Order: sequence, then C-alpha cells, then structure tokens
Amino acid sequence: MTTLTLSEAKPVERPHIKEKYDHFIGGKWVAPSSGEYFDNISPIDGKVFSKAARGNKADIELALDAAHAAFPSWSKTSVAVRSKLLNKIADVIEENLEMLARIETIDNGKALRESRAADLPLVIDHFRYFASVIRADESSISEHDEHTVSIALHEPLGVVAQIIPWNFPLLMATWKIAPALAAGCCTVVKPAEQTPTSIMVLMELIGDILPPGVLNIVTGFGVEAGKPLASSNRVAKVSFTGETTTGRLIMQYASENLVPVTMELGGKSPNIFMKSVADADDDFFDKAVEGAVLFALNQGEVCTCPSRILVHEDIYDVFMEKVIERTKAIKMGHPLAEDTMMGAQASNDQFEKILSYLDIGKQEGAEVLCGGDKASLNSGLENGYYIQPTIFKGHNKMRIFQEEIFGPVVSVTTFKTTEEAIAIANDTMYGLGAGLWSRDAHELYQIPRAILAGRVWVNCYHAYPAHAPFGGYKKSGFGRENHLMMLNHYRQTKNMLISYDKKKLGFF
Amino acid sequence: MNNLPRVLITKAAMDVIDTLRRRFGTDLMFHQSGGCCDGSSPMCFEKGDFKVGGSDIWMGEVYGCDFFMSADQFEYWKHTELTLDVTPGRGSSFSIEIPMGIRFMIRFRLFTMEEFQNLIPTKTGEEVLES
Repeated sequence: MTTLTLSEAKPVERPHIKEKYDHFIGGKWVAPSSGEYFDNISPIDGKVFSKAARGNKADIELALDAAHAAFPSWSKTSVAVRSKLLNKIADVIEENLEMLARIETIDNGKALRESRAADLPLVIDHFRYFASVIRADESSISEHDEHTVSIALHEPLGVVAQIIPWNFPLLMATWKIAPALAAGCCTVVKPAEQTPTSIMVLMELIGDILPPGVLNIVTGFGVEAGKPLASSNRVAKVSFTGETTTGRLIMQYASENLVPVTMELGGKSPNIFMKSVADADDDFFDKAVEGAVLFALNQGEVCTCPSRILVHEDIYDVFMEKVIERTKAIKMGHPLAEDTMMGAQASNDQFEKILSYLDIGKQEGAEVLCGGDKASLNSGLENGYYIQPTIFKGHNKMRIFQEEIFGPVVSVTTFKTTEEAIAIANDTMYGLGAGLWSRDAHELYQIPRAILAGRVWVNCYHAYPAHAPFGGYKKSGFGRENHLMMLNHYRQTKNMLISYDKKKLGFF
Repeated sequence: MNNLPRVLITKAAMDVIDTLRRRFGTDLMFHQSGGCCDGSSPMCFEKGDFKVGGSDIWMGEVYGCDFFMSADQFEYWKHTELTLDVTPGRGSSFSIEIPMGIRFMIRFRLFTMEEFQNLIPTKTGEEVLES
C-alpha cells in the first residue's frame, strides 16, 4: 500500500437517478417486452444504483421498425436542419454538463475531474464538429467529355447498428451517433451492460430534439440484445468498439448479410522516450514524465492506454525515477471527490482480470517498480473496484507487454538504438496508438512513420480532439472515427452518369 | 507422453457450463479474446456459433468444450497454463453466461520446462473442423 495517496475531499452530491430506465424507441420510453430489468452496479462502492431494461430480440425489432419508419424522412432532411439539431443537442449537453459528468462517474467509476474536463466537453464538441462539417460537405462532379458528366453524390446507408463500449460511455456513443445522424442515417444503439444509465439520462434531455425513430437506444446483454442487432438483416452497417472475438463474431454476422462494418478493437500502445528527452531538466522533460504517467488516465481503461513504456537505456534511471515518483503521487479516493485523480475500475470482472495480470506479471519475473496490488479504500468504498497504479519492468515478450490489461498497469523496458525501439514498438498484434517523445526534429517525423499504428502522438499523448482521425492498424480494427472521414463510413456513393448527347451510339 | 492439458477448469466453472448446457440444450465452445474492453477474457458460445479457421489454435477440450485462441495470440500464451474460472461481474460481449451476472475468466500459471515438453499437441481450427 506504499504507493497510495488518498484523496481527502468529500464527494460531491449525487444527482437524482431514477430507480430504473426503459428503452428509448421511436421517441418514446418503452418498457422491455420481457418486463425484466437488470441491476446497474456502481464501481464506486459495488452497490446497485439503478436498473436498466433487459432488451431482447423483440425490443431490437421494435427499435428497427422505428428507425426504418424514420429513415425516409430523416435521410431527406436538409443538412441545415440536421446540423441545427446536432448543435441543439450539444447546447443541451453543455447546459447539463455537471450533472451528466457526475452520472458518468457513478456509472463508470472514473474520477469526476476526468468526466468534467474530458468526457463531457469532448461529447459537446463532437456534436458541434459534425454539425459543422456537413454544412461544408460537397459531393463531386466531373466532365468526362463535352457531352458526359459524372456526379458522385453521397447518400446515407440507412438504418445502422452501433455497439458501444463502457470505458467512455457517453463519448464513445457520441463518436458513433454524431457522424451517423450527420450523414442522414437512423440508428439503433446498444450501450454496454456495465454502463447503461448515463446515456438514458442523456436521452431524457435530448430525446425530443430529434424526430421519433432517428435515434433509438436499447439496453441489455450482448447475447440477448447485441446479437440480434448485429446479426439483423435489417441493418445496413454495424459499428463496434470492443475486443477481437466479438469483433470477429460481428464480422461473421455482417458477412452473412453482406453489410460493411467498422471496428475499433484495442491495442497495446508503445510510448517511446528517446535519449534527448533528458537533455535538460525543463518543462519538456516534465511534460514527458507526465506523458508516461498518462497510463493511469481513466484507470487505464482506454484502448490507446500507453501501456508499454520504451525508454532509452541511458536515461532510464533519471527518467523512471521521476515517473515512479509521479505515479506514487496519484491520489486515489472517492471518484466523486474533486481532488481524486484516479477512480475505480468499471466492473468486478475487470478488477479480477487486472489482478490476474498482476499475478502473471510477477510469475513471469517482471519487477514491480510501484503498485502491484489492489487498493483497499475505506469510508464506504470497501466494495469498490480499486487497483493501485502499477509499473512493471520486464521485456517485450512477456504477456504483460503483449496483452491489453485495461487497467492502470504499465510495463517498461529499455532500448539501445532507434531501430530497436521501432522493432519493440511494432512487436505487437495491435496498432492503435503510440507515443514518441524526442527533441530531435528528424526523429519526430521518421519514427512515427515507422510505427505501425493509426495514431502516433508526438510529444503529447491522450489528446482526442475532433478532426484528428482515429483508428487502428493490424488487429486494432479499421475505420477512422473522430473525423469527417467517418461520414463516408455511413454513406453510399450514388454515381449519376449523364449523357447530354442527343446522338445515338451507333451500335444497334 | 504428450498428454498434459493446456487448459484446466475450476469446479465453479464446471457448474456454470452444466447450467448453460441445460439452458441452451447444446454443446458449448470457448474462444479466448484479445484487445480492449472485455478483451483477454474467454468467450463462451453455443458450439459452432463462432466460426474458427486456419488462423485459430485449438488448445484442447475443457470439460467437453473445445477451447480456441487466435494463432498470433497463442504465440504469447503458449507457455502458460490456463485455468477457466468464473467471477461475479458484469462483462459485456456476446459470451452467453453474462446474463447470469457472472463472467468466465482465466487464471494463469507458467509451465515448467519439463511440463512444456509434454503438453498435448495443438491443432488449427481448420483441422478440428475437418476431423
């Protein structure tokens, strides 16, 4: 327990949360057809704080009916109107930021300072971003010859299925919902079963802004609600964020229906610290130290968690001394307390899984530099899911270097040459995120180009501004969210090839 | 003798498998996941629901269920003994035990060098389908 720094502040007040939430289908709150609800447990204290509707195939069909009924009109709604509605959603979220941030923290367990400063502001900006880019969006036209013109117009795909993860419940839902609605699609959304509440509170605020059926939310378990949604022959596309086995299963269903998918499936992101980082003990060095400690952001429950630190052997001592010191200064405590820096893991099974990785790390001979165990908090948090921020030292073939632990656990190793750093960085099944820290202008361009990952942060990490495309290489998936190019993942291209020639071809 | 199993199972996990077999009325299979969120967890499906192929490794049978993992992931896991267990919890994914409020999970142990020489041979998913 030596690494624990505990928060002293009192938790802020909890907003009102209903005892249970129904599905949101066709602009109305609809009770689950089974009549059943399931408990939503807060990771803060392991207690039930609300119930969610236990959706099944009948509920999914109802939502698909509503979405299909809405599509003809929504797909023809002008971009000016669609944009206005997305902006209105953003405004309402902004007016309710504090309440939604608190509920997100209760649902997911993350520290309030993160849901306030990151999750919700990014949600708001994301709706505004897609509201904006569709106003400036253009199709293309080309003149093939003096009589022949080709018009390539965008048309929305139709009704889409979107399956949302639990690590950033509102933000990940927004990454999928905003571009789909902007593109003119209607959607049926299935939130994660660990975090089904915050999005329903959001729907209470924004539900009447959109025409009925444009945005439908069905809660429930993957096998009961997610599977009938992903395998339905009434969806034109499936968008999924999660892990590889479910990703493959969804692609298997999509192959039966011949519909496209986009997948974001995680990573094991390297964060590389070149020798020049320690050339001076200045602001940049301090920023790099923080960049290494960002593995603890969101309790490490981020697909791009910088979970492998690769540091030049010559600066290992001076750099890691500071990283360990900064990690030990992370305040744990009640996620709703304003000075808490790191909250609870999202669910008990995640908590158990992380502990099993701490165990295998030790078995494989990795050295524990700090943390290495669960964190036992008191004052009502005894049954919450808390893990100490942990740094292992080892080598890249160890399982803790190869598998996404999805907890506040980072594994550090050293390299001697740039070539070795690149080789270690790329020795992974995944390729979602990476970080490169250097004062050398050549390295700043050349090393990111050599890393097989969709996002390389250069002298920064964990920034997710809209208009920076985000997606994976290798087994991390495909598709680019968080950017206007996502619009084309929700659209067809209609090509009109027009002849202005009155003369026949002359063949027949 | 190459007969040491790669995947073991706890009594609690056996009980859950029995319950699921009764409920679904079919044989079951497991595929070990990787990646984010609920990755690194074993996924349980009705046998045949998840399509395996040449890029999957069959690690053996556990309590009558085939246990698979993708071949590239197996490269990093092959020196560890897996024990299939259950824990209370709310996992997501399409794994069929989740509505019961529990989650299959894996506990690990490193094989000794001697054990590692005597493990049951693996097959690809394709070989299992053809056998």
